Amino acid sequence: MSMIEFHDVQKYYEHFHALIDINLEIDKGETVVLIGPSGSGKSTLVRTINGLERIQAGKLIVNNHDLSSPNTNFDILRRDVGMVFQHFYLYANKTVLENIMLAPRIVLKMPEEQNRTEALKLLDMVGLKEKANNMPSQISGGQQQRVAIARSLAMKPRLLLFDEPTSALDPEMIDDVLQVIKRVTSVSDMTSLIVTHEMGFAKEVANRVIFMDAGQIVEDDQKESFFQQPKTERARKFLSKIITH
Amino acid sequence: MINIITHYGHQLLIGLGWTVLSSVLALFFSLIIGSFFAIMEVVPNKTARIIGRAYVEILRNIPLLVITMFFYLVIPLYFVKINGFTAGTIGLTLYTSAFIAETIRSGIQSVDIGQMEGARSVGMTYWQAMRNIILPQAFKIVIPPLGNQFINLVKNSSVLAFVAGFDLMYQANSIASITFDTINSYFVVGIMYLIVTMPLSYYMRYLEKRVA
Repeated sequence: MSMIEFHDVQKYYEHFHALIDINLEIDKGETVVLIGPSGSGKSTLVRTINGLERIQAGKLIVNNHDLSSPNTNFDILRRDVGMVFQHFYLYANKTVLENIMLAPRIVLKMPEEQNRTEALKLLDMVGLKEKANNMPSQISGGQQQRVAIARSLAMKPRLLLFDEPTSALDPEMIDDVLQVIKRVTSVSDMTSLIVTHEMGFAKEVANRVIFMDAGQIVEDDQKESFFQQPKTERARKFLSKIITH
Repeated sequence: MINIITHYGHQLLIGLGWTVLSSVLALFFSLIIGSFFAIMEVVPNKTARIIGRAYVEILRNIPLLVITMFFYLVIPLYFVKINGFTAGTIGLTLYTSAFIAETIRSGIQSVDIGQMEGARSVGMTYWQAMRNIILPQAFKIVIPPLGNQFINLVKNSSVLAFVAGFDLMYQANSIASITFDTINSYFVVGIMYLIVTMPLSYYMRYLEKRVA
């Protein structure tokens, strides 16, 4: 069963062709890593999946919702499709705990007691229970990102999208966040798609690697074969540059 | 000056009362109307945005006195008869609401776009995100410029004097024309405006500190 299906998807920003002929199928439970140089369309692709960016042509089906149809209710789609952003985007006017509890309360109408218990459990899972009553501005970037992950998980998503979750972090913060992501993605029934520049991490968590360049999917392969012998010259070049630095 | 206060104190207090009443009413309604049009200006719906934009541009670019005269002289001709106080307060409300809409709109737009994306990504609707995340943050940003608008509003209520609204400015004109003591008449009234605006100014500062 597939969770995400792209069929000849095209995305334009004015005259710029950002996604070109995207064909991609991701099955339920897969952990897929999306890599490629800056400006290659990775973020755009991920953002089309929860409708933060709209596509202009082709067919896109996510969790049985047809995103190419004008009648799609994106709010309902997003209940099951979480997203973790590069810059966290925690609600600046809410405490850490409220950041996690708000959506389950007003979107899912979850009872307050259950909501609180589950939120605290998630905070504990990301190692930040003692920060429950802090404001986002009072905790570090790495901690904010862990809270953001907990916030997404509170909705019990079937699909979780990560858009460069560690790119804005100080080097010593990155590992804590990666550990959390690793734990989260190992839950078997959740599908994840991760845009990252962390190759070591990609090797560790991915089942499958997609390489993009200039708006196109250049390679789509199992992790082992991708890292050991990439099929295209473009991917080989990319990997050699990344690994040697 | 003492002379003016002792002889015309009662008249001045009446003026103060009408000025305060007009200001409070205009402040209340312009805040509601202004917030409404501010939101109209930022919603995804294009028609709503055009209407919001048009309202703001028209009302903030016509002099307050012209708007007030319109309600005082033109409306009674075709619709209902309204007195000077009402006409002036309506004019003041509409005029100020355009500036308040602009202030609040810029506040909303200065909230990081990521706040909206973060909220939408967990399934909140546009309005849920607006109410819980965007507007509370925008309100904080907007307090200082909103304070300016409120102070302007109190001072602009002197437009009532032109339409027999019995406010402070009206009483100043009246006392000056009776006593020919123009200097002291306007001096006293100036101080009375200060008595209203200074506490307002300090309250806005206090509010700014408290929510920051």
